[in-house]
Amino acid sequence: MRIRLLSLALFLASATLFAQDYFPTNTGVKSKNNNYTAFTNAKIYVTPTQIVENGTLLIQNGKVVQVGKRVNIPKNSITIDIKGKSIYPSFIDLYSDFGIEKPKSSGGRSAQYEASRQGYYWNDHIMPETNALTSFQFDSKKAAEYQKAGFGVVNTHMQDGIARGTGVLVALNDDGTDGDRILDDTSAQYFSLSKSVVKNQSYPSSLMGSLALLRQMYADADWYAQGNSDTKDLSLEALNKNKSLVQIFTAGDKGHALRADKIGDANNIQYVILAGGNEYESIADIKATNATYIVPINFPNAYDVSNPYQASYVSLADMRKWNQAPSNPRVLSDNGVPFTFTTHDLKSPAAFKENLLKAIEYGLSKTKALEALTTTPAKILGKSEQIGSLQQGTYANFLITSGDIFDKSTTLYENWIQGQKNIITNKDIKDISGEYNLVVAGTTYKLSITGEAEKPSAILKQDSTTIKSKFSYNEDWIDLSFSTDEGEKKYRMTGLVASNSSDISGRLIVANGEESSFVASRIADAKAKEKKESKEDNAPEVVPVTYPNVGYGYAKKPTQENILFKNATVWTSEEAGILTNTDVLVKNGKIAEIGTNLRASGATVVDATGKHLTAGIIDEHSHIAGLSINEGGQNSSAEVKMEDVVDNEDVDIYRNLAGGVTTIQLLHGSANPIGGRSALLKLKWGENANTMIYDNSPKFIKFALGENVKQSNWSSYSRFPQTRMGVEQMFIDYFQRGKEYDEKKKSGQPFRYDEEMEVLAEILNGERFISCHSYVQSEINMLLKVAEKFNFTVNTFTHILEGYKVADKMKEHGAGASTFSDWWAYKFEVNDAIPYNAAIMQSQGITVAINSDDAEMSRRLNQEAAKTVKYGDMTELEAWKMVTINPAKLLHIDKRVGSIKEGKDADLVLWNNHPLSVYAKAEKTLIEGVVYFDLEKDKQQRASIKSERNKLIAMMLEEKDGGKPTQKPIMKQKPKFHCDTMDTEW
Amino acid sequence: MKNIIYILLVFCFITNGLAQQTPGSLQEEAITIEGAIAHLGDGQVIENSLLMFENGKLTFVGDARMKIARKGKIIEAKGKHVYPGFIAACTVLGLVEVDAVRASNDQAEIGGMIPHIRSIVAYNSESKVIESMRPNGVLMAQIAPKGGVISGTSSVVQLDAWNWEDAAVKTDDGIHLHWPNSYRRGRFWQGEPRGMQPNKEYKKNIASIVEFITNAKAYTDATNKQLHQEFAAMQGLFNGNQKLYVYADGEKEIIDAVSTLKDSGIDNLVLVGGYNAYKITDFLVKHNIPVLVRAMHNLPNSNDDDYDLPYKMAKLLTDAGLLVGIQNNGEANFQNRNLPFYAGQAIAYGMEKEAALQLITKNTAEILGIGASHGTLAVGKSATLFISEGDALDMRTNKLLHAFIDGRNVSLETHQTELHKRYMKKYSDQ
Repeated sequence: MRIRLLSLALFLASATLFAQDYFPTNTGVKSKNNNYTAFTNAKIYVTPTQIVENGTLLIQNGKVVQVGKRVNIPKNSITIDIKGKSIYPSFIDLYSDFGIEKPKSSGGRSAQYEASRQGYYWNDHIMPETNALTSFQFDSKKAAEYQKAGFGVVNTHMQDGIARGTGVLVALNDDGTDGDRILDDTSAQYFSLSKSVVKNQSYPSSLMGSLALLRQMYADADWYAQGNSDTKDLSLEALNKNKSLVQIFTAGDKGHALRADKIGDANNIQYVILAGGNEYESIADIKATNATYIVPINFPNAYDVSNPYQASYVSLADMRKWNQAPSNPRVLSDNGVPFTFTTHDLKSPAAFKENLLKAIEYGLSKTKALEALTTTPAKILGKSEQIGSLQQGTYANFLITSGDIFDKSTTLYENWIQGQKNIITNKDIKDISGEYNLVVAGTTYKLSITGEAEKPSAILKQDSTTIKSKFSYNEDWIDLSFSTDEGEKKYRMTGLVASNSSDISGRLIVANGEESSFVASRIADAKAKEKKESKEDNAPEVVPVTYPNVGYGYAKKPTQENILFKNATVWTSEEAGILTNTDVLVKNGKIAEIGTNLRASGATVVDATGKHLTAGIIDEHSHIAGLSINEGGQNSSAEVKMEDVVDNEDVDIYRNLAGGVTTIQLLHGSANPIGGRSALLKLKWGENANTMIYDNSPKFIKFALGENVKQSNWSSYSRFPQTRMGVEQMFIDYFQRGKEYDEKKKSGQPFRYDEEMEVLAEILNGERFISCHSYVQSEINMLLKVAEKFNFTVNTFTHILEGYKVADKMKEHGAGASTFSDWWAYKFEVNDAIPYNAAIMQSQGITVAINSDDAEMSRRLNQEAAKTVKYGDMTELEAWKMVTINPAKLLHIDKRVGSIKEGKDADLVLWNNHPLSVYAKAEKTLIEGVVYFDLEKDKQQRASIKSERNKLIAMMLEEKDGGKPTQKPIMKQKPKFHCDTMDTEW
Repeated sequence: MKNIIYILLVFCFITNGLAQQTPGSLQEEAITIEGAIAHLGDGQVIENSLLMFENGKLTFVGDARMKIARKGKIIEAKGKHVYPGFIAACTVLGLVEVDAVRASNDQAEIGGMIPHIRSIVAYNSESKVIESMRPNGVLMAQIAPKGGVISGTSSVVQLDAWNWEDAAVKTDDGIHLHWPNSYRRGRFWQGEPRGMQPNKEYKKNIASIVEFITNAKAYTDATNKQLHQEFAAMQGLFNGNQKLYVYADGEKEIIDAVSTLKDSGIDNLVLVGGYNAYKITDFLVKHNIPVLVRAMHNLPNSNDDDYDLPYKMAKLLTDAGLLVGIQNNGEANFQNRNLPFYAGQAIAYGMEKEAALQLITKNTAEILGIGASHGTLAVGKSATLFISEGDALDMRTNKLLHAFIDGRNVSLETHQTELHKRYMKKYSDQ
């Protein structure tokens, strides 16, 4: 056995020594250079933690043969003594489009709803069959840029589409052929959330659409793998074939990283995730993904805030981003999140070092930084044996530097790739710095040469007077010229720096053209530069992250309190009605007791004398706290989920709290008849999206009728349906298919999992409720009839502005209503909208809520409810229910929220005045016993925003004064969403 | 034949019930309102008041305990509230019926400097949106075009009229100028970030306004002039007959606008919007610039602003000594009926009640140049007023019982009240 192993080892050794190549040559004889190269006396970073001082690196045929302190240097070696210099493995970039042309938009403005390909997946943006190799062309110019930044290997791919196919691992070896350079032609499989710019298919048109498409793609791939498809699908075949590769997901943002990870979890895939640089803002959630991150380091420049008017446009959140982003790598490292760096998002790899040093300045350890550039990316790709270190047998990809590669003053001399030398800076330049006596035409001058070896500068003095001179040092030659006697006497000289002499001598030419010689005799070393008092040792000040990390975010997440409200006017929204001089005790997040003269030890007592306590307001129809609202790429998008796109940093959450709102239904928009699934949220400002979503949330979906779904008010004429007649037929089609799907599924036959049909089946089975955007009576009546035909109930008609015309029919059907108080006249279908609508429907026994559909109106829904008193003479008690218990009933959460009742969630608002009055102001807003809004705290927030802005502005001004680049002051904004807001980017 | 048409018309009215309300007829007999809490609109309240008006004008405003002969028809209004009609500035009432229906939209003409475009001639006095203003107490409005940079000429109207001539209270009262912005929205479809970024054209935009005004002024003194409609339309600004309504929000923009326009010889300025005016009140006081603030029911412009900044804007400016009114230019047309509640919102956020009322009565009347005849309950002024069941600035209690415009008893019914009644009847008949 031992002998066999030995012979195997010998065989392997000889294989490396005498690898056969089989390419004929016709340009000469077929010689091969099998000499060794040995680098001696170097500090060698074999790995970030295995460092050899005064070591030798021996390479041959592009690979590392041996490395260490004692290396036998074969006779046929070229030995290069690099005493005092360091050797590092060269860097690896896992996320690049090197050598692949940037995909261009093919134009085409009109909506295209069908796929354009045959034999591939039904959606054009799913292109796992893309093989980056087919469009790869080695780009020497770009390779040189990477080399200069220290990179030896990049992983490139086609950056287009949602499933982007496979990437190619390339060594940046300019001297070799693709045969040498391509280390792996299917190195990883890539995904993203952005659709192709080349393909025009409309779907998906939103973030949640991309996510749904990915989920369906994986389901379809499984189904296809089991041989269930009668037709060929080259996309799914490729996806399945490349399943075992590294799966890299382009998230580019902390929130998207979590979204991607969720899809991965559902499909047993652990993606490697392209980060966004803002992971530090949600580090706990990021860590929980267990993913490795590819981190870009394009840290933002400071904003130019020198003009105070312009400075006011920059939000605190954006100022903070400038201040905090460089700490992202450190935070990832401190939290044990594995990561590698990429040049992606940098204008050019040239900016890489500067940003990397910044990350280190902000606390990232140098060892971690080196790991992130070498061993970690190699490990991700499963290529640790070949790249990322200088262990025996790896490619000879390494850097020669003047010293610590993470030091600002260090020079990168050479970047060797696959044993090929690329000179970045000439390392063999002789350092000529020193003090010289220069003798020119009989006069002696003092010449001081200082600075870096490659680019020294000189000062010339006669006695103690400095003489203006010109000096250059290039390719071992110096040039020096100066004049004396007020320009009378001019001297020009040029001389070779001899390797064996410390003096410099050469040819001198004087003004009249006569030639003679000069000599500069070295008399002393250069004077050591006075070290400037450096403050660099102190890491820059980073302002703390808040929850969420934007203006009005809390320094500490607010926590649950036990609170006793004393002597309030309590609007119960229950049969008990309005109770005066009543106490309410909040304990452990619940309403524990309602009564008089209550006592509770340990509870914070709030004197509510003269104040009104109500249940938190519930907005049945909201579009705040969403990153995206409409998936309009298809006429049905039941597969999309608003829960996927919750934006917990939306300042409108805070503003809603200031208006007494505690629960919202984040609805999909009304761009299509069958919209997406809702997210029921508690507005827990400071918590993450998942925490905001209701536990055991009742299931809802948005439907829509009328002008929006038939695209009346924007110029698109090709998507079915374009009329109310078509809307009915579309519903029948979908429900019929949903029914058939469900029957097939229940029959036990094999079936293709279809997320959209799953949702339709839920509706048919009464497990999911519809909230249907609707205006005119004909369409309302139509949907009632369709639902009755399929034997389910429409839970809620939302907007429902002509509900008053068919209130009797709605009542009979069992539908609820959620309407605007007084909106009308903004489009044709609201001509007959009347502010008496809520009152009329209520009078007919319908459960009626008042909703907002608007980030402004939602923060004063109490006033909107009050309008039903003005229009239609509602009692105040009933009016108040329209924004509390009634929407709770419509949302099937009335057992938990919507009224003040013992045992219910302590979602409460303390008002300074009658809550239906325009004069009322919310003083405290609680969710589950946590005070999320408090007028007093709000005052402090304002003050701290002001002072933090001032502080950051001062820091940015200092940055500008220090000559650092700045960016123009801008105000980033996300659009304010309504039902009909179409997404254009995400 | 004539009779048949007449009958047919009447038939149409009755059957579909969708036609507009008939304007109230001229005041023929004196009217006395007794016992109401009268909010005069100038800050004063008379708890137990006596108001009388004849021929469209107020003839008595005082205490009900006054021993004085009550004239004409007496309305007992003990405990009710009387207010001067509310005035909505910078609206497009009557210029657009349904926002999304292009055919019904006349609010913005094309072109850049178009002061000759006059709103009054397109004003549809029979708009269903207009009649919906009255039941909330909004009885007068300024109608202002919206297109271009210099958008055109506005007029002030009363909201119960047969036609635009009948409606006009002050024809061609002012010209509306949308001052350029030093920041502009990013063209995200071209790859720029969303949101606001510096506008490189800002200086150029200002220069073109100055050039236009300079030319218009030179035209004043031209002898033997050929008609230049745009320049001719500007003359009222130079002779003091018209005001210039300048729409600007930023500090820089406001300072640039006021300084540039005053230098160009226009003294009669009104600032419209003025989101950041609260930061430069000294400047505005010095130049005596009234402000029509954006309606309170708006979100703050930037994320770091106080959540209640729009709510308290009027108070901040009033406290600084400025003359302040409210306008709702940026919002949907129908929202103008919520004008009283904007004032109410200002009260919730710190303003004195009667001072907030002034925002939509006396102050706006003065800003629009109709203060001598409208805006307060005072002897000699127009009897444009209404009686409400309760506090008219609170939606909870705003319920109109009677409304009068120039003494005419105007209808408080609307397309909407009719539908309300029609369907309640349908259900009660079932």
